[in-house]
Amino acid sequence: MELKENILSSFIVFEQNVDVNKPLHQKRAEALKVFDQQGFPTKKMEAWKYTSLESLKKTNYNLLPKASEVLDYRNVKKYFLHEMDTYKLVFVNGEYSSFLSETTHDGVDICLMSSAITKEKYKRVIDNYFDKIADTKDALSRLNTAFIKEGGYIYIPKSKAPIKPVEIVYLTTSEDHASMIQPRNLIVAEENAEVQIIERHQNLTTNEVFTNVVTEIFAHKSARVDMYKLQMDTKTSSLIDNTFIEQHEKSEVSVHTFSFGGKLVRNNLNFYQKGSYIDSILKGTTIIEDTQHVDHYTLVHHAEPNCESHQDYKGIFSGRSTGVFNGKIVVDKIAQKTNAFQQNNNLIVDDKSTVNTKPQLEIFADDVKCSHGCTIGQLDRSALFYLQSRGIPKKEAEALLMYAFANDVLESVKIEAVRKRVKEQIANKLGVHLGFEF
Amino acid sequence: MHMLKIENLHASIDGKDILRGINLEVKPGEVHAIMGPNGSGKSTLASVVAGKEDYDIKEGSISFEGEDIIEMAPEDRAHMGLFLSFQYPVEIPGVSVTNFIKTAINESRKAKELDEMPASEMLAKIREKSSLLEIDRKFLSRSLNEGFSGGEKKRNEIFQLAMLEPKLAILDETDSGLDIDALRIVANGVNKLRSAENATVVITHYQRLLDYIEPDYVHVLHQGKIVKTGTKELALQLEDKGYDWIKA
Repeated sequence: MELKENILSSFIVFEQNVDVNKPLHQKRAEALKVFDQQGFPTKKMEAWKYTSLESLKKTNYNLLPKASEVLDYRNVKKYFLHEMDTYKLVFVNGEYSSFLSETTHDGVDICLMSSAITKEKYKRVIDNYFDKIADTKDALSRLNTAFIKEGGYIYIPKSKAPIKPVEIVYLTTSEDHASMIQPRNLIVAEENAEVQIIERHQNLTTNEVFTNVVTEIFAHKSARVDMYKLQMDTKTSSLIDNTFIEQHEKSEVSVHTFSFGGKLVRNNLNFYQKGSYIDSILKGTTIIEDTQHVDHYTLVHHAEPNCESHQDYKGIFSGRSTGVFNGKIVVDKIAQKTNAFQQNNNLIVDDKSTVNTKPQLEIFADDVKCSHGCTIGQLDRSALFYLQSRGIPKKEAEALLMYAFANDVLESVKIEAVRKRVKEQIANKLGVHLGFEF
Repeated sequence: MHMLKIENLHASIDGKDILRGINLEVKPGEVHAIMGPNGSGKSTLASVVAGKEDYDIKEGSISFEGEDIIEMAPEDRAHMGLFLSFQYPVEIPGVSVTNFIKTAINESRKAKELDEMPASEMLAKIREKSSLLEIDRKFLSRSLNEGFSGGEKKRNEIFQLAMLEPKLAILDETDSGLDIDALRIVANGVNKLRSAENATVVITHYQRLLDYIEPDYVHVLHQGKIVKTGTKELALQLEDKGYDWIKA
């Protein structure tokens, strides 16, 4: 059975366990209809030219995996930023794990989507924000909406900030079959509020896992939201991340995406600016090998004057891995004095790896600064010779240069434990013990 | 015993002959100056000895302490005690001067099957050598060569020389881009590191540096060959008359 039919029939089973009389369910049904009409995107579509979902479509996923028995924290500790204190929203096979989580309602709400969509006290927020910026024409975000049930819910009222960062971790443990999970996150930061979030998806088995996640983030006036996506999953796991961000006046939102793992990863990252003096920061480091595939598809829509956006994506590709970067920047006619910066640099370690990089600028204002650059190259041979001539062996010298190459993106990471985790991963990825600290 | 012995060395790049039969012998304790006009092959000679792979060695040999090094990787040559101070040191963002030098020292020690240098010893050494070259401590935490002035880059090269304590140091145009004060500091650093066991090859276009680092021998390179060898007086003659009288 093709995945699409599997999905349509699974929906009927899914309906038996949710309240079909709520308006929310109408939304689900409508969303499913759009997905049914469109089906999965294909390579014939411009936006999916370089990423094929064919192998996912042929896999027989269980869309409604069973909840797992309780996991022992000791066994999954390494997937958390265990050296620091965090709030934790942990889901196993798509179901909430209260045992591994730490929620709060102390001035802020850091809890569950399942509560938010069913309880009266969250109704105002859900009515105002849920599914308001997720693309209503996009098959994948519609598919996610059709199966909306669980995920992270974060609401930070005016001028509040949680005392520690929030980790949202999705674990899968289904030993006997491939699983598809579709988490849904909603993050709302009211005026002058602040929050830092770390998101991770981790397959604990050797089975295939396909995650189709949607995250909506709203940052009101002067709010600050930092999101770190740690994509370090196993090579039997695929991820389609659909993140939609709406920013208002003077807000600052950053999304750092570290893509080291996974079989197929597609990041659809969309920033919609709805005020002046906004700063949007999009950064990413991709280091992949073998036949791994990572695709960054970014959109920044500048719709008001005097805003900025900074995009900096670095990639290191070895083996037969493939990378894609498509960075779309739209500057509306009214959005004068926009400063949009975009950079994508790629290092090809093996001749067999491929990178496709494409800036896509649609600028309708005349007084703007938009700079973009993309490079695909190999390690600088003179730099390599310089390091070798100081006694640093070629392999270490290469690793050191790759480290330095990827380091730019790490500088703007505000959480030390995240930086540390990423550095360890890079060293691990490059297969060397680095006798230096950065 | 020769420290460095180059015999009939021919090297080319992209089919263009640069070195056309170089002969040079350097013994411990000696300072050699290699002078010559632009394009005579001075920097190529330095790069080939240090092991840069871009060159095609067609003929000849290079031995270091009796061992043929032509097929050796640059890092192995460094571990044997060879050091090249670059004319244009490469900028490496994200790697601090201190971490770079620590890595370099410990990689050399690893190659010699020694343990890593204890942190306290490393720190004391960094302190000693940086004050020798009048280097500000803040400088050491900056990214390697990134945004350094010409003088800072060269001083940093000699700092690395001081830290690595090689047997043979090749200084490629170390004086270029230096003002007189920086030149004095750099030369003073090089002189303090000289001993009966190590040797220095100074590559320069001008005689100026040789006022500070006195050579035992001066060689004139022209069109990829050493056309004249003499003592330090030869350098003064070159300063006076230019290179034309030698070419003829």
